[in-house]
Amino acid sequence: MSGLFYLATLTFLIGMVWKILQYARTPAPLKIPTTPAPPTSAGVVARLARETLFFESLFRANLLLWFFAVLFHGGLALVFIRHLRYFVDPVPAWLVWMQPFGIYGGIAMVLGLMGLLARRFLIRRVRYISTPSDYLWLVLLLVIGVSGLTMTYVAHPDVVALKAYIQSLWHFTPAPFPADPFLTLHLLGFLVLLALFPFSKLLHAPGVFFSPTRNQADDAREHRHLAPWSQSELESQ
Amino acid sequence: MATPTAVPTLDPTTIDQFTPDAMAGVRSFPAPPEIQGAIGFAPELSEGWEARAIARMGELLQENRALRVFLDACVHCGACTDKCHYYLGTKDPKNMPVARQELLRSVYRRYFTFAGKWFPKLVGARDLTRDVLDEWYSYFYQCSECRRCSLFCPYGIDTAEITMAAREILNHIGYGQKYTSEIIGKVHRIGNNLGLTAPALRNTLEGLEEELKEETGLDIRFPLDEAGAEVLLVTPSADFFAEPHIYSLIGYAKVFHAAGISWTLSTKASEAGNFGLFIGNHQQMRKIAHRIRDAALDLGVKRVVVGECGHAWRVAYSFWNTLIGVGSGADPDDRYGHLLQKQLDHRYKQPSHICEVTWDLLQRGAIQVDPEANDHLTVTYHDSCNVARGSRMGDTPDGAFEIPRAIIRKVANRFVEMDPATIRERTFCCGGGGGLLTDDLLDVRIKGAAPRMAALREVVETHKVNFMATICAICKAQFTKVLPAYGFKMGMVGGVHQLVSNAIRLGQNG
Ligand code: SF4
Ligand code: SF4
Repeated sequence: MSGLFYLATLTFLIGMVWKILQYARTPAPLKIPTTPAPPTSAGVVARLARETLFFESLFRANLLLWFFAVLFHGGLALVFIRHLRYFVDPVPAWLVWMQPFGIYGGIAMVLGLMGLLARRFLIRRVRYISTPSDYLWLVLLLVIGVSGLTMTYVAHPDVVALKAYIQSLWHFTPAPFPADPFLTLHLLGFLVLLALFPFSKLLHAPGVFFSPTRNQADDAREHRHLAPWSQSELESQ
Repeated sequence: MATPTAVPTLDPTTIDQFTPDAMAGVRSFPAPPEIQGAIGFAPELSEGWEARAIARMGELLQENRALRVFLDACVHCGACTDKCHYYLGTKDPKNMPVARQELLRSVYRRYFTFAGKWFPKLVGARDLTRDVLDEWYSYFYQCSECRRCSLFCPYGIDTAEITMAAREILNHIGYGQKYTSEIIGKVHRIGNNLGLTAPALRNTLEGLEEELKEETGLDIRFPLDEAGAEVLLVTPSADFFAEPHIYSLIGYAKVFHAAGISWTLSTKASEAGNFGLFIGNHQQMRKIAHRIRDAALDLGVKRVVVGECGHAWRVAYSFWNTLIGVGSGADPDDRYGHLLQKQLDHRYKQPSHICEVTWDLLQRGAIQVDPEANDHLTVTYHDSCNVARGSRMGDTPDGAFEIPRAIIRKVANRFVEMDPATIRERTFCCGGGGGLLTDDLLDVRIKGAAPRMAALREVVETHKVNFMATICAICKAQFTKVLPAYGFKMGMVGGVHQLVSNAIRLGQNG
């Protein structure tokens, strides 16, 4: 288990750095913000914040989808924060305080995922564009979410041993993994997700920050925007 | 070719009822070898095209971050599926923006990603075969690059960028479209998209001067190639003789006349349109735009102003500064940019839209109007997609919506908006943009116009609207053609400056 843990983390980190560098290094030859767009970079920061925190465009596009997406992503964010308690020691008071919200988050996340999955089956347009991997991602996330909730409500694992295990990974002196069927499923699911992240559509997470239609300021007339490859021979005359 | 098209009805409850491949066979004429060759593309498909296509795709991925990010980031959420007028009008699921992207993405996955190389079925990756290529040709010429989908996508994925990349690959390997390639050839050979020669242009303009003299008794000029003029006006060549376009040209001339601004047209830059945009070819777009830089330098003008043309305004507003230096803010050590920019008068926006010019004059009282002159009209306004989602006017982000409307309200007493879900940034394309304005695609054009026509019908019925103003040459030509198919009079469409032309007071601004 610890070997997989390191392997998946490493794959994730290397893959993400590679992808982010690739995005960052590929030039945007032209100004293509989807207008109306903010004319300043402060405005762009605000636009990206609205896009990533509130899913502004999605809200305009489809309310039901927006609702499920917010349920899932918002829930996931809470769950993520809740899990920090396994990684930090001592656990700060606010993190202790927010633990129940993490559980609500878990429930929201699973409900959101079920909504998203149902859409793929029920709406013919969405079914038409879905590939097998689209369903599998939702199933994988559901496995992670449901196994997590099961451990919270039904079959509690030895969380003290779990924390000790994760702390030991942190210090590169792996302790024995507290074998528990749900915990194993939960963690394996997460590791698969982590390792596949940089090779999949999960790249939408970094992608949104690099999307020229969203991250460019609308100032084409005020600044001469240039990309090295696109300068022509005409310019050197 | 043009078989009568049944006009689609738009019923929101049947949005999910579609017919796969309904439009697969609808293809514009491919470009013959001599037309392709003349503009530097492979004349026709030949041995080894697969490898050349993939190689070109690889280059585009290196050159354009948008393409890379857009091909990676889509989660198949479906938010865009009901946003495209071509899907709504044709009910062919491959006209859903995400499905259109998927035609290219499936090939990208296969050749450029780990998952697609090893698990093609799982992620919907496909080999590039002749069938796939034909499918590209069909559906990438059923996209008007209007960017409506990009407005709604949570990651801003712009199908127009994907369409442009696909067309560039198609052209590169010798599978171009006759309509766009022919026009690009013409603009290089003759100077404008319609093939109007310099003597013919001069003739037309002189004819207009005479006509206006008779009508108004005034010497309203249409100057051509006049060095030292303050303004160079670059306008779509349709303005020189097509109806209703020409009425807007008359409007521009009256505005300049009434405001006492010296201006000129240019034979070299007798076209604002730039079809290089449509085919996603950066070099072509630059080369076509370069005629405007040359004309501006030759004539020594202080301002460059663009007439009523949607995609031309996108290229001018968003790309000219990059491509040819018409704009502001070039570094002093950027010799190419600086050379032109030191000549231009930066108290004005460079380039300016003719609507910006007119609105500024109206606001300052430098021109006067009698809106009663348009009292026979109840006007609505169609936002053109490239203006709405690919550019701006004025100082605020919504200037491109507010300024044309402000002008209309000033020059006409009766103005009505169409359904809010179909105007401003959410506007629907006219159905003929992006290289589709050809008779061999009339079927797609009529179907694609359906959402706009439905919104128009509503205001015609409730408010007796009888004039739809717009600021795009393609919109005007497209509507002139498709309005009759929907039972409207083709004269219902016209330019904003056609209204200005009716209302402006001439020769009494002492
Ligand atoms: S750019 Fe416009 S025409 Fe093309 S897919 Fe998007 S909505 Fe449809
Ligand atoms: S809205 Fe964007 S992410 Fe969703 S399916 Fe369409 S292109 Fe893909």
